[in-house]
Amino acid sequence: MTNTAVTASLLKTPFYDFHVKQGARIVDFAGWAMPLMYKGIIAEHQHTRQAASIFDVSHMGRVKFAGKDALRFLQHIITRNLHKAVVGQSLYSLVCNPAGGVLDDVIVSRFEDHWLMVCNASNRTKLLAWFEQHRAAFDVTIEDQTFETAMIALQGPQVIAKLEKALGEPLSQLKRYHCRQLRYLFFNFTVFRSGYTGEDGVEIICGNKLAQMAMGFLAKSGKDSKEQTLQPAGLGARDTLRIEAGMPLYGHELSEGINPVAAGLGWAVADDKDFIGAAALAEVRRSGPVEKLVGLHIDGPRTPRADAAVLAAGQPVGQITSSCPSPTLNRTIAMAFVPAAHAAVGTALAVDLRGASVAATVTPLPFYKRPA
Amino acid sequence: MASPADRFYTDTHEWLKPDGDSLLCGITRFAVEELTDVTYVDLPAVGKAVAAGKAYGEIESVKATSELYSPVDGAVAAINDKVKADPSLVNQDPYEVGWLIRIKTDRKDFSSFMTAAQYDAKHATA
Repeated sequence: MTNTAVTASLLKTPFYDFHVKQGARIVDFAGWAMPLMYKGIIAEHQHTRQAASIFDVSHMGRVKFAGKDALRFLQHIITRNLHKAVVGQSLYSLVCNPAGGVLDDVIVSRFEDHWLMVCNASNRTKLLAWFEQHRAAFDVTIEDQTFETAMIALQGPQVIAKLEKALGEPLSQLKRYHCRQLRYLFFNFTVFRSGYTGEDGVEIICGNKLAQMAMGFLAKSGKDSKEQTLQPAGLGARDTLRIEAGMPLYGHELSEGINPVAAGLGWAVADDKDFIGAAALAEVRRSGPVEKLVGLHIDGPRTPRADAAVLAAGQPVGQITSSCPSPTLNRTIAMAFVPAAHAAVGTALAVDLRGASVAATVTPLPFYKRPA
Repeated sequence: MASPADRFYTDTHEWLKPDGDSLLCGITRFAVEELTDVTYVDLPAVGKAVAAGKAYGEIESVKATSELYSPVDGAVAAINDKVKADPSLVNQDPYEVGWLIRIKTDRKDFSSFMTAAQYDAKHATA
């Protein structure tokens, strides 16, 4: 179902026509016309866990940093220490404000002569303004490449083998959170061993021209085979997959009012360099976070929505940040912020489900780990 | 896809189909597509009174929770147990297999509701 009145004003990725042809339900996601689902969220989720799915993630921001001080600038604005990063390595990191609140979570990759940051679509313009505000003392060029490039995620247990065959590249040797630049005909593209589903797989960034060729090919090969291995999956499945994998989503588990230590991301905050937010985060570390992000198993078939209250002894103590019926575990799962005193695994809590109190138990994150 | 012409529609995306002395009710294809995969349906007990425009139950999907509204005053004559057991039936076939409740009502005039053509003109699905 495509409501053209809604999509007319939205940004479109190079794959937009492909989504429409595949019958996707298009929604406004951070100003982009994106596929929420094609056939069904649960079917797409399960196909990703069992085989291989292709996600259009071209809406995500891609920002290039170059120049003499590119590294020094990045060290100043992100929480992770890049001093040991080698060419071809990617690091998950946060961008924080001076109070230690999260402006965005990003992945920064090192290339021969530049760095590339992938950020959330919803935060791209905010981050670009933030960088402008802090770049004065640095010799750095900052280039937003979001509109000249496309990005897809190929995720699922069958992805690496299929892609090795298709590209003739030993991708199984590419380490997790590493990337490699490849060439197809005249076109360069970069393959990253990363993703947002809890499955093995890659994310690929390429120019718009190559993206259109690739999708033309996929659309053709997908037409007549129901049993096709690689199937498109939308943002709906991407969300339930990342919840099972215990991965944060900006606006839910992360925000300017949440610090990375509370969100369980203390490992991505360096204690051996200075950066914006370092002092505040060192203090949070010293005193311990007041609230913690936890996983919850929720009894019964119902799903609480974001912002639903978490109860302890009948009193609201925290709130749900994300929840879904888990297609893999066949039970309702959620992430929530609760006071540190209620965060231990096994703690019995409850959730206010539209007025009804439903039992919930603190559970380790992630909910799902792919078989080794 | 045109909505079935043998019934009436509401602004809150319910359909109602007169059937003898009662009404069969469910939600439209448009509503189902807005919801995405349905995972839970909360339906009232048989015999319970329902009131026009008032919620009689809830429907949950992977993405959202919505209330279900009764189009008329009446009492619940039956609920669809199949849908309670397998909520995905609402996605598969919202108009036949995926009906939700049967309401016993005295109402005979449905001219205040939309016809299929009127509903589709308002909520075009392509």
